[in-house]
Amino acid sequence: MKLKPNIATSEAGFIFNPATGDSFAANPLAADILARAKTGLDAAAIKADILARYDVAPGQLEKDWDDLLAQLRDFNLLDQ
Amino acid sequence: MKLPYERPTLRKLTAGALHKFGPRPGAAPTTALDGVPVAELVARFGSPLFVLSERQLRRSYQAAVRAFGTRYPAVQLAWSYKTNYLNAVCRTFHQEGAWAEVVSGMELEKALLNGVPGPHILFNGPGKRRADLERACVVDAVIHLDNADELHLLLDVAAGRAARPRVALRVNLDAGTYPQWDRFGFNLENGEAWQALGRVVASGRLALVGLHCHIGTYVLQPKAYGTAATKLAALALRCQRELHTTIQYLDLGGGFPSTNTLKGAYLPAADTVPALDEYAEAITGALLGAGFPSDELPLLVLEAGRALVDDAGSLIGSVLANKRLADGRRATILDFGVNLLFTSFWYDHHISPTREFSSQTEPTVLYGPLCMNIDQLRESIALPLLAPGDTVVVHKVGAYNMSQWQQFINLRPNVVLIDEAGAVHLIRAAETLEYLQQLERVPEHLL
Repeated sequence: MKLKPNIATSEAGFIFNPATGDSFAANPLAADILARAKTGLDAAAIKADILARYDVAPGQLEKDWDDLLAQLRDFNLLDQ
Repeated sequence: MKLPYERPTLRKLTAGALHKFGPRPGAAPTTALDGVPVAELVARFGSPLFVLSERQLRRSYQAAVRAFGTRYPAVQLAWSYKTNYLNAVCRTFHQEGAWAEVVSGMELEKALLNGVPGPHILFNGPGKRRADLERACVVDAVIHLDNADELHLLLDVAAGRAARPRVALRVNLDAGTYPQWDRFGFNLENGEAWQALGRVVASGRLALVGLHCHIGTYVLQPKAYGTAATKLAALALRCQRELHTTIQYLDLGGGFPSTNTLKGAYLPAADTVPALDEYAEAITGALLGAGFPSDELPLLVLEAGRALVDDAGSLIGSVLANKRLADGRRATILDFGVNLLFTSFWYDHHISPTREFSSQTEPTVLYGPLCMNIDQLRESIALPLLAPGDTVVVHKVGAYNMSQWQQFINLRPNVVLIDEAGAVHLIRAAETLEYLQQLERVPEHLL
């Protein structure tokens, strides 16, 4: 997962795309994931951290991870 | 201890048009129904599950009686069987004092089996067969005549009977609503109703006891009922004057709305639907001012269905899966669809989660489990981030769903009644494949 470099994120979950003017609200976990992704952490490391900290089964996380990627792609926030 | 998990999600922020309304409140969870935890109900009876509240059934009935009874001296409710003819529901209303309003031979038998005396059964409906009419005559139910063919069929049935069958005439009229319902009964304005009344009385074979009208369903204008009551009362007075026949009761039908929101409505029904008191005021005001002598006021009969039972029913269901549609919208598949929630075709039902979630919501399309494109419960609803296995409660589903439900693709589930003491009773068991197939016959060459 690699966000476009110009995408602005905040700790509160506000996401802004200056290229399009679109803004988004991320829930706490999505905001956390995006913040980590911006630091360059890879997907495996982020997922391992989530599994260690949250009450979620690996299979559920994988499904939700794919769904988050689909949303980011749909909102044109990923660096293709 | 690990942190509670909620799937990561994004929501695009859109300003939308300016308006005066504040943000919608988050979906408050419904953790229990009448004090019984939803989780316990699901563990005992499975999902999906219809739940009826006896307390609410009685409360709604008593509220209707109060609304009309405090304004008019003689009021009788007749429970509309088609709205929900589960015996436990019918018997609750009969215990409260309701008569029965039935619209088929099957419903007539159900009412009799529920202990309703024949004279307290009002037989409506546009499709009565000869056998139905004969049975109604035997048990002395009041037959609400719908059309001229039915009138002549009944005259034939009545010939030679010792007692004259008691009848009321169904009248359709212009109450100022659009579209005007004219498929039930005889029209007032074109003289058809008066002609039929003349024939009933002149026959000498039928006892004319009532006049009936049913102006529509989910009628939002109390004034329309006032108009209908005025016209029906004038017709009753004309019967007295010109046919020398006293009309014992005027039946204003049903059609009173519940607080479910119709699809396409701009505001929630709770904010827009008139209170039952407004309907009562319109009807009773018209009757009291119609010109009847004060000691000869006809009995006012009402056939409320939805207004009595809708609030008392809930449907518990579970999330089977989440998916994302091609255009990016979230979709959630539930274990009940339009097969069980027939009213989702015309209501945007209020749907609650059953546990606490964060305030994050996502616009979601709600689908049922049927492999049919029409099985869509909501085109868009803001729900918290439900996961497979989570349960939801659909509120106010007591009317029509448990009689119009379909055995289609899935079997019908358990229905329970929570009594006033909080005890849970199974009032209709979940169907089985054996139940489904018991009436089928396979030709020998296919065995």
